[in-house]
Amino acid sequence: MIEPVSEDAVLITLADAIDDSLPALLCRLAQSIRDKEFPWLIDLVPSYTTMLVFYDPLSVDHRTVIARLRTIIDAEMSAPGHQQPIAGDLVELPVYYSDESGPDLAALAAETGLDAAEVIRRHTTREYRVHALGFAPGFAFMGEVDPTIALPRKQTPRKRVPAGSVGIANRQTAVYPQASPGGWQIIGRCPTPLFDLQTLSLLKVGDRVRFRAINREDFLAAGGQLTETAAS
Amino acid sequence: MVSPGLLSTVQDGGRQGYRHHGLAQGGAMDLRSYAWANKLLDNPRNAACLEMVLGGFHAIARGNLQIALTGAEAPVRVNGRPMPLWQTLNLTDGDELVIGRSSSHRLIYLAVAGGLDAPECFGSCSVVVREHMPGQDPVASGDRLVALKDGHQQPIRSVPQQHRLAPDTETRLRLIPGYQYREFHPNDMLRLTTSTYRVSDLSDRMGFRLNGLAMGSSPPGIISEGIANGALQIPGDGLPIVLLNDCQTIGGYAKPGVVPALDCGLLAQQLPGARVRFELADLATVQNERRLFERHYQCTRWRSCGQSLEWQ
Repeated sequence: MIEPVSEDAVLITLADAIDDSLPALLCRLAQSIRDKEFPWLIDLVPSYTTMLVFYDPLSVDHRTVIARLRTIIDAEMSAPGHQQPIAGDLVELPVYYSDESGPDLAALAAETGLDAAEVIRRHTTREYRVHALGFAPGFAFMGEVDPTIALPRKQTPRKRVPAGSVGIANRQTAVYPQASPGGWQIIGRCPTPLFDLQTLSLLKVGDRVRFRAINREDFLAAGGQLTETAAS
Repeated sequence: MVSPGLLSTVQDGGRQGYRHHGLAQGGAMDLRSYAWANKLLDNPRNAACLEMVLGGFHAIARGNLQIALTGAEAPVRVNGRPMPLWQTLNLTDGDELVIGRSSSHRLIYLAVAGGLDAPECFGSCSVVVREHMPGQDPVASGDRLVALKDGHQQPIRSVPQQHRLAPDTETRLRLIPGYQYREFHPNDMLRLTTSTYRVSDLSDRMGFRLNGLAMGSSPPGIISEGIANGALQIPGDGLPIVLLNDCQTIGGYAKPGVVPALDCGLLAQQLPGARVRFELADLATVQNERRLFERHYQCTRWRSCGQSLEWQ
């Protein structure tokens, strides 16, 4: 389904529910669209089940955009093996899980009836897929976390969550690329920069992510900062 | 720069093609006033200029400069002498430019001949303060604003009256209904398009919140999706928010429609308490209007009197 949204954007909807195969499909579709090198194409914003396509309204109208996109989507959907998951780049993110770097770790453990070590084990054993990017530069929404450690956002968001904070919100997990207000349950901190002025976002939709537990020493050696703490 | 006022940032046409990295579009909020400031000086359409909130600006010219001020009506003085907005101003070395507080609208644009010489990041000079990126700061006292061209130009040009921002008791905002429009309760959509809202003081470059009759039914739930500039979203409290240039790139609130860019500019000019009203519009009309606006910029030139323009 493709529908006009505004004077310079149309929305492609691929499904009505979140599914682990969608990031791969969105990824392939984005590539197919970019490959056509449409002079009017400005940006593609994939998110879970949709892709928002920005175009230059001065050089094309929405009907042409929709017709061109429909051709590409049809070709993509009828291509053999279109439902097979693509590999996607694998990115490993080290995380220092602790009470000092993850102010909600103890509470999350208590809430779920697990101990902290088990929460960490369950967070690190899965491979996550990047479903969407947004909220802030480089902020990647990843899914899905083990249901036994899924907890909703905090009732009142924190005024400040330090850069690198690793959080859980329902069955999603994410790393805050920079300090910002935020309501996710913070269980650790990652020393890897997720956004860089030159290379931009480290993660993209379709990537696979694995978290690896590291200790305080390794976290600091990797450039991690503990001076800043979460502020409610 | 002696004093930048409440908030002054460098803005241009905004970043294009960086949303998929989570970067906001940024850019001048009031497209019309911004474009006219550049047009007065024959600048490129997307030249960088200064966008100031509510005025309160004080700077001293170094060398000979030509500038243009457009947007919210505010008392402008050069060396104590009152000067009008919406026209070019020639400043000479040592001239003192003081802009007082605007009372009817929010944003004033200061363009300099050739455009501002400002650092480029993500393909644009626009500063998005909320992202806290290095170099993305508002202008501060002591800063130097550098023009890409110097010298004076005669005669003084001025924007024809019909193109200027006019005070209005109520601002009409067109709304292009989107596919989620149908998913709201019909009574709520009736309410949205027939009642008057007032601009909340919780309004900034990310979005303008509106106070008024809240939706009676809870808005439909959606899966987070990309956000277009001008998207009208209805969060849980049932009061609309129009998302503007510095908004987040994806979001999970349902959106009955989108306000076109030129109308977003009108909204961005409104002070807290101003009355706004939505009316449904069709996409083709809005697109045509936008194209005409851009063609007018590209295809007209100033008559030699500087008081009007002609199509080329």
